[in-house]
Formats: sequence, structure tokens, C-alpha cells
Amino acid sequence: MSVIGSDNRNLRLGVRYLVLILIALIFVLPLLFMVMSSFKPSDELLRDTSSLRAFLPVGQLSLDNYTGAFERAPVGLFVFNSIFVTGTTVLLSLVICSLAGFSFVFLQWRGRDVMLSIILATFIVPFETIAIPLLLEVSKLPWLGLDGLSWGWLDSYRVQIIPWIADGLTIFLFVQYFKGLPGELIEAARVEGASWFQIYRRVVIPLSGPVIATAAILKFLIMYNQYLWPLIVVQQEQYRPVMVGLQYFFQLNPAWGEIMAYLTLITVPVLAFYLVLQKAFIASIASTGVKG
Amino acid sequence: MADIKLRGLRKSYGAHEVIRGVDIDIADGEFCVFVGPSGCGKSTLLRMIAGLEDISGGTLEIDGERVNDVQPRERGVAMVFQSYAIFPHMSVRENMAFGLTISGASKAEKAEKVQRAAEILQMEHLLDRRPSQLSGGQRQRVAIGRAITRNPSVFLFDEPLSNLDAALRMDMRMQIGKLHKQLGATMIYVTHDQVEAMTLADKIVVLRDGLVMQSGSPMELYHNPANRFVAGFLGAPSMNFLEVEVLEADSENAKVARHSMDPIVVPVRGRKFAPGDTALLGLRPQYVTPSTPDEGVLHGQVSLVERLGSETVVDLAMEDGTSLIAAFSEDKQFERGERIDLAFDPARTHLFHPDE
Repeated sequence: MSVIGSDNRNLRLGVRYLVLILIALIFVLPLLFMVMSSFKPSDELLRDTSSLRAFLPVGQLSLDNYTGAFERAPVGLFVFNSIFVTGTTVLLSLVICSLAGFSFVFLQWRGRDVMLSIILATFIVPFETIAIPLLLEVSKLPWLGLDGLSWGWLDSYRVQIIPWIADGLTIFLFVQYFKGLPGELIEAARVEGASWFQIYRRVVIPLSGPVIATAAILKFLIMYNQYLWPLIVVQQEQYRPVMVGLQYFFQLNPAWGEIMAYLTLITVPVLAFYLVLQKAFIASIASTGVKG
Repeated sequence: MADIKLRGLRKSYGAHEVIRGVDIDIADGEFCVFVGPSGCGKSTLLRMIAGLEDISGGTLEIDGERVNDVQPRERGVAMVFQSYAIFPHMSVRENMAFGLTISGASKAEKAEKVQRAAEILQMEHLLDRRPSQLSGGQRQRVAIGRAITRNPSVFLFDEPLSNLDAALRMDMRMQIGKLHKQLGATMIYVTHDQVEAMTLADKIVVLRDGLVMQSGSPMELYHNPANRFVAGFLGAPSMNFLEVEVLEADSENAKVARHSMDPIVVPVRGRKFAPGDTALLGLRPQYVTPSTPDEGVLHGQVSLVERLGSETVVDLAMEDGTSLIAAFSEDKQFERGERIDLAFDPARTHLFHPDE
């Protein structure tokens, strides 16, 4: 009996692993194809798509596509622009949205619930519907820079950053997480003499590692993948982000090898960011032992 | 140090009034315990004193100053919570120094005050640990330590021992008692455990449905309860209430009787009764003694015996079906179903109106 039981368990385990491996392959294979193809000439790359060779480092491998990509477009500048815009937006968003979430959960003020409902309702509005009104708005906004007052934000970093700092989803994530924090910790801090900002900085934020990591990853992905907005507000190459830069490779004859090399290059920061935060995410969960 | 005055204090959530006009005076250095069943408003009252709940009506004075609208941090109070509420991301040392850090105290001052509090609570060896590495009792000591370091004029305890096991609870109870003697600060302590109330308090305030039922010293409340609720709430096991008929009554005494009890004369303690009235005779289980069939006043059958070593608690089923608890101060052996006769000193009973 026990032999049959253990056989059954092994079989179930085997099937489970098989399903997991298949699911993993769905996600890994396109990445593998991208990386492998980035080392192959365009014609070979297209030929290989009909066989498993597409996923293997075989054939005429070289770094030519990478050199070609750098020649065709200022890849370094685009990656810098994207990282700068994304990084700044993520940081500012974490500060602003966590402060908003804190205010919605811990402070009492008139109209709080209505305001939260309105913010949450913005979830269901697709960006495409507000893109044009937003464009008209930012094209007329004033800006006080080092060279004095100017009008219109087009062709700048700020036009890519500021409209994206606060968003309903990130605020919602913070609100939900803060609601789960033990209320007595906040009350204890109040009785101990902490101001609301001190409670935010010294108690709430240090306990919010998991939600900060989650919000940062989500925001990073949204910002790094920005295409439509920078396409309409940025005309100068100087401020162009990576996704818009992809256009450089889709001329009359798309250079598939170079496209793959470019995509590989711009994927690296995303993976690096995710891996770094994943570690922080796990560490913060492990260290948060509120209950006795 | 500070005295506290509550005058007509009220708290409402919408139309629902949870504190319905409370007047309490707590003297400087007094240990005052708010006690009552769940939902009586004792924790709400404490939180109003702490400044964590708004006051809907009445006046709260700390040290002669009206503090109704004063922020918690400006009231000079420290609070210990039931769930400890110590910050999980800080070490014990940082937790204890939190209030001082917030107020901008110097490193030396923080170190000195944390050290002093740790010595008082005998937890110097725990200072560098994280809360997750501490037991429940140790965490509660950290919470108390955090309160001590700020040297507040009033300590507030909100059921601080409820999450601890029985042995630890007794140990911590004694520590809190000693702490009060040592610091001499005004302390307000909320509990639903009447043993904690009786052992710790200089003054007990018994609350029910947002009203003060009675306040006074533990012994005053135990021996002279103002009403049936207070009589039943304080004392373990609880006071027995036997329905009796008043045969005769004057301003001092009343003669009462019931089916399974011979007529006796008991003091009325200021209450007015008339012959023919139905009343409740309050009889503490500890004041009942075993007797003989001739001398015994109460007669019944043993339905349950609890032998605790130092005390024997007997549940007696009387002839009319009511039950009576008797607690004898030594180890006695009774058999279930055994018929026994009990006597008591009528002078130690209380006579209540049924609707009190």
C-alpha cells in the first residue's frame, strides 16, 4: 500500500513540476529568443524562427548587432533618459503617494472618504482618454527654472515626470497596507509625543518595506515602458526614452538583429531593478514581526 | 505628579452615547483602577484621558488644567497598551528611548534614563534585542519601560496583562504594584479582572454602560457595595443572590425568609423595605460555613466540588432548585449528591431591591 501511495505522490509531484516548467518556459523562451537573436545576423535570425535553433547559441554569432545598434541610435542617452525619468518618478511617487495614503488612513479631515473614492475611480479611466487634454494642459503650464520663468513643459524631463508622480493605484496600495498596520502602534507613538510627520517617518515608513517594494516595482515597470506619452510630448532626441527610441530601428527594412540587441540592452536595467528590490522585499517581510 | 478630575465627561459616536456623564477625582499619586464588564466604556474613558478619543462633553482636568482639546503629547501622560504596541523595527533600547528621541533629548540623557528604567524592570540584558526575540512578558516590560523613561505625571494602563498567561500575569501585577510604590506617580489602570483591581488599586471605579456605579477603596466596595451590580462584580466567586420575602422591616433591619431557608434578621444598610416585598439577599460565598441540620440556615445537595487546596468551592443545589456557591477556606471533602447544611452571619449579608 505504502509503495503505491509513494508512487502516486511522486507522480503528482512530477506532473506539478511539468506544469510549472511549461508555464516558466512561456515566459523564458521569448527572452531567450531575444538574447540569442541579438548575436545573429538578421537573415539567419529569421531562418532560425522555424526551428529550435532560435533559442540556441548556434550559427554565426557576433557582437555586430550591438555595434550597429549603438551606431543607429544614441542608446546610452535613451537608457539614461529612461532611468532618470523612471528613477525620479518612482522616488517622488513613493513619497507623495505614501503621504497621501497616510493622510487617508490616519488623519481625520472633512471630505476624506469622498476624495479617496474619487482617486480610486481614476483607476478605470484609460490614459489614452486623458492624453490629449493633459497634453494641452502641460503645453501651457509655467515653469520657473534657472533661466527664469518659461511657459509650456513640452520637450523636457519634467513633462515626463510630474504628471506621473501621483496615481490612484499607488495610493490605493499604500492605503490598503497602512490599514493593516496595528493602530495601537500609531496611538503609542502619538502618546509618546510624536507629531504626525514623525509617526509617518519613524513608525509607518520603516514598517512599510513590502508595500514600498511592490509600489516601486509596479511604478518602475509603468514608467520604463512609457511610449505614448513621451511620443507626443517629446520631439527632441535629447529627452527621448528607450521605448520611443525603438522607432529608430523600424525604418523601411527593420534591422531585426539590431532590434534584438537594443531590446536586450534596455531589458537589463529592468531585470537589475527587479532583482535588487526582490531581495529588499523578502528581507522586509522577514523582519516585520508585529504580532506576539 | 498630577491629580485628575473628570466632570460630567461624555462620549458619543453619532447618536450612540458610550460615556454618559462621568465624575471621578483621582488624587496625585493615586492608583486608580477602572473596572467593569466588556463594553462598559472603561477603555474609552482611559483613551479620552490619553487624548486618543475626542471628548463629546464635560471637562477633563489634569493637574488643574483643562485638557479637553490638548494633544496627547502635551498632556504629560504615558500609556501601556494591551497589545504592548512596541515598535517591531526598533531594538528594546530604541523602543524605550522613543519618547525621548522625539523630544530631542541628548544621547547621554537617553542612555541614563533607559538604563534606569531597565534596572527598575530588571531587563538590562534585553536592551539590544528586537521585540520579535522577546516573550510576551518581556514585551510588556518594554512597553512599561518606554512609559517610565519619559517620567510622565500620569501612567495609563489599558488591560496590560490580558495577553499574558496566569502565572506571568500575577508576576507582572506585583511588578506594577511595586513600580507604583517606587515611582509614586498617578496611575490609571483599566481591567475587567477584579483580582487585578482589588490587589492594585487605591481606588476602584466600577463602570457599567458608561456610568460610574461606585468608586472607592477596594475594601469599601467589597464590604459596602452601592448596588447589586457592584456586589456581584467584585469578589471571586461572585456574591450569591437569593430571592427572599420580607416578613418585617424597619430602618435598620429586615426579617426575611425563603423556601429553603429559615427566617433571619439582616441589616438593610439604608434601603427601605416593606413587609411582603420581594428582595435579593446578597451572600458572599466566603461567609458561608458548614453547619449542623439543627443550626444550619441553608440546606441543599452538593452538585459540584472544586478543591483548590487552600480553598474548597462547592456548588449547592437547594431544595427549590436555585444554586448557591460556598467557598470554604480550607481543603474539605464533599461527595457529589451529599446533603449539607450551611450557616452564615446575617450581619455580613446585603439586602437589595430586585431592580437595582
